[in-house]
Amino acid sequence: MSKKSYRQAINEALRQEMRRDASVIVLGEDVAGGQGASGEPGLVGGVFGVTGGLFKEFGPSRVLDTPISESAIIGAAAGAAVTGMRPVAEIMFVDFVGVCFDQIYNQAAKFRYMFGGHATTPLVIRSMIGAGFRAGAQHSQTLHPLFTMVPGLKVVMPSNAYDAKGLLIQAIRDDDPVIFLESKVLYDTEMEVPDEAYRVPFGEARIARDGNDITFVGFGAMVPRMMAVAETLAKDGIGAEVIDPRTTSPLDCDTILESVEKTGRLVIVDESPPRCSLAADVASMVADRGFGSLKAPIKSVTCPHTPVPFAPNLEDEYIPNPRRIEAAARAALRYG
Amino acid sequence: MQLSRDDLRRAYTRMFTIRAFEERVEKEFAAGNIPGFAHVYLGQEAAGVGVCFDLTDDDYIGSTHRGHGHCIAKGCDVTGMMLEIMGKSGGLCGGKGGSMHIADMAKGMLGANAIVGGSPPIAVGAALTQKLRNTGRVAVAFSGDGASNQGTTFEALNMAVVLNVPAIFAFENNGYGEHTAASYAVGAPSIAARAHSFGMPAETVDGTDFFAVQEAMGRALARARAGEGPSALELTCSRFLGHFVGDPQAYRTSEELAAARGRDPIGLFRRKVTEAALLEAAELDAIETQVLDDVEAAVKTAVAAPPPDINTLETDVYKRY
Repeated sequence: MSKKSYRQAINEALRQEMRRDASVIVLGEDVAGGQGASGEPGLVGGVFGVTGGLFKEFGPSRVLDTPISESAIIGAAAGAAVTGMRPVAEIMFVDFVGVCFDQIYNQAAKFRYMFGGHATTPLVIRSMIGAGFRAGAQHSQTLHPLFTMVPGLKVVMPSNAYDAKGLLIQAIRDDDPVIFLESKVLYDTEMEVPDEAYRVPFGEARIARDGNDITFVGFGAMVPRMMAVAETLAKDGIGAEVIDPRTTSPLDCDTILESVEKTGRLVIVDESPPRCSLAADVASMVADRGFGSLKAPIKSVTCPHTPVPFAPNLEDEYIPNPRRIEAAARAALRYG
Repeated sequence: MQLSRDDLRRAYTRMFTIRAFEERVEKEFAAGNIPGFAHVYLGQEAAGVGVCFDLTDDDYIGSTHRGHGHCIAKGCDVTGMMLEIMGKSGGLCGGKGGSMHIADMAKGMLGANAIVGGSPPIAVGAALTQKLRNTGRVAVAFSGDGASNQGTTFEALNMAVVLNVPAIFAFENNGYGEHTAASYAVGAPSIAARAHSFGMPAETVDGTDFFAVQEAMGRALARARAGEGPSALELTCSRFLGHFVGDPQAYRTSEELAAARGRDPIGLFRRKVTEAALLEAAELDAIETQVLDDVEAAVKTAVAAPPPDINTLETDVYKRY
């Protein structure tokens, strides 16, 4: 056990799984970096350094730099997966899935069902998500709802370094295609992370904080924001329960429903435009299956229904922030 | 490489199985026994059989929406196929795939693919597995003149060269992408030239001549198996029918349709082997009789088979909600 960043935890998961299983390969744009350049290859290790050092340890047959060709990256990973490898493909920024979405939702996600259960596609697609880097409309989205609505895909949104390592190891060992969404604002967050390999199962929510008065549900980078608001409310004697489902698909509906049964109030925090968001999805699930528990309307805190803006003040207001989360919580608490 | 009499019989059996199967699909579609769409491979038999002739079950192919011929060429069971196309229990994909998604992992058949340009990137990945595991096996991406215009195909061609994988891109140029002529929609003078420009050997071959296809494929296969990287073949042929079964083809003249039927891979094969006294006409006739019986039996089985158990609707996914 030692203190590791979210970035280091992901890197360690990749490294340990590659050591354990020769069928695990990493491919993507600049996952090594420097191929064909005048200097030594492998020194880049991904645009944010997440795959740093892997090329040096595992070489060019396990850490494959690709052209900037997302369809070919995902297609090659899907084809390698269905023929026996366990590829971890990287789409640098999740915004780039637009040019390869066919290979994700029409191909990899469907093989198992469409071929009558005769194919397995143990593919992981890692990608970076989220606003807050002043990167503008085409490098800042989350897009998890797009993946969550596709049957056959598993969708993972780790909110901390411990989960990032355990969930990625689970993703690599999983026989279904997994979308692994890394919040770039979390890369430098640190916590104690075991040195050995371990798995965090999919579809099991983490109760990040116990409370009896109101339930918060949110994913990835929204979890620390919900925790901050929970601390603020605690000063007023209000107990907020914070649920981090860890995976949007499969979704741990039971843990959410049990919490709402206890608290009667629900705020969902989702870094996504509101329409067809996870906020809308969880709200509809609770309205359907937990209506009798509710003492107040379900409140959602999402982004506005706009592209991600560039100007820092606009972007800061775009992302669900503690002020908006607290206001939603207090509105829910005013009922009954 | 000289083909033995057994090889020739095998080639003719495969080609004529495609012919008989597809003609029967046309009939069964008209009879209402096939739900959805059916795109048949009539006129292209020599392309699929020539490409797959020297492949083993451990080599992979990715296919197209017009995939029945590729399945048969790769050795898929025609009864399992007919069951699948009719949406019946016992089909190769349990009735969940259908005509445009037949796959057979045991035969190295990675699926018909209803997305034009869907297979080439996947074949690059299947080829990557062979390279990394040093198996000496290859992966073939079948695609058409239409897919030769897709960006996914360009990406796959380039990636195959960059990663130096044993992939073979078989472009079947049947003259039409859906209802638009390749002469209009393919901007390059030739698909082979286009593939060549990505940095791989590519040749244009008469796709109605089994022998020409099998020979050209032999060159591509030798390169791939030796670790020398990808190749491409442009296989020219004619689509006897329309884009799908039932397409009235108002866009083709009767003269053109007659000329298309004149480029008949089955007739050409028969002529070549009988003129060279490699096989007797009677042997070929006997093969046809046997194949027609097999297809008839497949149809009978499929028509009589029950639909998939309704409880399979939500199997083969990881969670029910």
